[in-house]
Amino acid sequence: MAKGVKPRVRVPKKAAAGEIITIKTLISHTMESGQRKDADGNIIPRSIINRFTCDFNGQNVIDVTIEPAVSTNPFFEFEAKVPESGEFKFTWYDDDGSVYETSKPITVG
Amino acid sequence: MRVSIAILAMALGATGAYSGEDASLTLEDGQSLTIRTDAPPHTENLSEITSGWVYRSDETQALQLDDFDNPAFVFVDQGIDLYAAVDGSEGKACASCHENVEDFAGLRASMPKVVDGELVTMENLVNNCRTERMGAEPWKWSGGQMTAMTALIGLQSRGMPVNVAIDGDAAPFWEAGKELYYTRVGQLDMACSNCHEDNYGNMIRADHLSQGQINGFPTYRLKNAKLNSSHGRFKGCMSNIRATPFAEGGDEFKALELYLASRGNGLSVETPSVRN
Amino acid sequence: MTLTRRKVLALGAGGLALAGLGLPAWAAETTEEAIASFTGGAEMGEGLLTLTTPEIAENGNTVPVEVSAEGAASIMLLATGNPLPNVATFNFGPLAGARHGSTRIRLAGTQEVMAIARMEDGTFQKASATVKVTIGGCGG
Ligand code: HEC
Ligand code: HEC
Repeated sequence: MAKGVKPRVRVPKKAAAGEIITIKTLISHTMESGQRKDADGNIIPRSIINRFTCDFNGQNVIDVTIEPAVSTNPFFEFEAKVPESGEFKFTWYDDDGSVYETSKPITVG
Repeated sequence: MRVSIAILAMALGATGAYSGEDASLTLEDGQSLTIRTDAPPHTENLSEITSGWVYRSDETQALQLDDFDNPAFVFVDQGIDLYAAVDGSEGKACASCHENVEDFAGLRASMPKVVDGELVTMENLVNNCRTERMGAEPWKWSGGQMTAMTALIGLQSRGMPVNVAIDGDAAPFWEAGKELYYTRVGQLDMACSNCHEDNYGNMIRADHLSQGQINGFPTYRLKNAKLNSSHGRFKGCMSNIRATPFAEGGDEFKALELYLASRGNGLSVETPSVRN
Repeated sequence: MTLTRRKVLALGAGGLALAGLGLPAWAAETTEEAIASFTGGAEMGEGLLTLTTPEIAENGNTVPVEVSAEGAASIMLLATGNPLPNVATFNFGPLAGARHGSTRIRLAGTQEVMAIARMEDGTFQKASATVKVTIGGCGG
């Protein structure tokens, strides 16, 4: 597992039924591109977050395929429809097999 | 000398890409920061002082408006963890003695300051607690743990006006810093003032020169995607004029830090700021 | 390790299996190949997809980009001047509130950034923008 990986998400606490809300997410990760060389001229192996997903009550909101060209500390902003109260689940997939998860509840009404 | 003129000659170009010079810095929560104000009387050669934020492109500026968008907060979060983490032979964390980090509000605005005849910076205060009170190893001046901590402590003063003391005990340090600021050094034979006082607002190659203020440190730079200490930045500027930089944490840079901070007296603390 | 393109392609099938194990998949495509594998060679229209980028980026490490196309099922982002042109693909699920996404990307230099949307009706849209990446001259 890469060091110091920490997800951050911003989701409003409340919404009206069917409202479209904006979500921002960021995870601390170096996103080593596999293109850089170390001081001895050896390629530093690629190590990135290669996929990010957001689901709400088991239904998908967005599923992003990520390549090394996404910046350090990958940031995503997108919109979600909120049909009912429930929980957003966020998942980041690391090249090294680690999976980072966090979730945020939202209340409708 | 000739080289430096050539560099600056390239510089004096249009600044059309930057609408930012008239922008105001209002954070997402509505707090408005002072990014330009009358220069303090001891800054004789400037009538107005401006934050380095003003000189950045619209996109870079935008990153500092919302703490969620500001990548520096990744490191502030790490600082929060460090604050609560037990370290050293005494089995203590920062939080064992300083329960609320909020209690440090105002400290950053007055740093660096003189304590018992010695000029100390935020890094000194933090490491002093680590070595003297926790029995822990000192953190590296510009290392990730130190900058995360100075960002967290500095953030507690965000929005407060910088107000460092330059008289009394501080006077000799301030004079030394001023001397360094105006002394030409390096193969390019330039002083800090040649760029940051004589040419702010102009382009140097593709970079938009600011007044070299330090009210936003530690600063997240797009260039290296991490927090940077002010001494780290001084070092970079000295290397760029092909001078041998002074040591981070050394007397010269501490004096320079005091002098530069005083040139920003009246600007808001912006910690943690975002720069290119 | 040096791999010719053919070897890379030959590794493709095995590569998929490896990707399932969470190991990095090879992504060494050219822009044309990346577009072809996304569109299957279909025509691309213009006008329904918006790509927002800065005109000038102060640093190529962190360039904000935004894509938006009403009715898109997925939107692929390409940096045509990078050694590997693929950047990211946004796939929208049933609870997507808009066919819109923003992220921050790395650009190796001044270049054309491209977005291609696969619309829900199976057609494709494209948009592109030139981003000038400045190289800071000084200041450490
Ligand atoms: C064993 C108790 C103890 C621990 C642990 C401790 N400190 Fe302190 N700290 C003090 C005392 C006592 C002072 C001096 C009194 C004062 O100024 O509040 C002080 C002073 C400070 C100051 C200067 C405050 C000022 O107004 O000048 C800072 C900043 C500080 N500590 C940060 C930290 C940090 C960061 C940590 C953890 C890395 C830490 N301290 C750990 C006891 C502690
Ligand atoms: C050749 C021109 C040049 C000289 C001389 C120079 N700098 Fe800089 N400096 C720059 C550039 C370019 C930048 C990046 C753009 C900006 O913020 O001005 C910069 C940035 C800075 C910043 C960051 C400002 C911010 O808002 O974060 C500080 C602080 C700084 N310089 C201090 C110094 C000090 C101290 C010296 C003298 C030791 C010095 N500089 C000498 C060109 C110079």
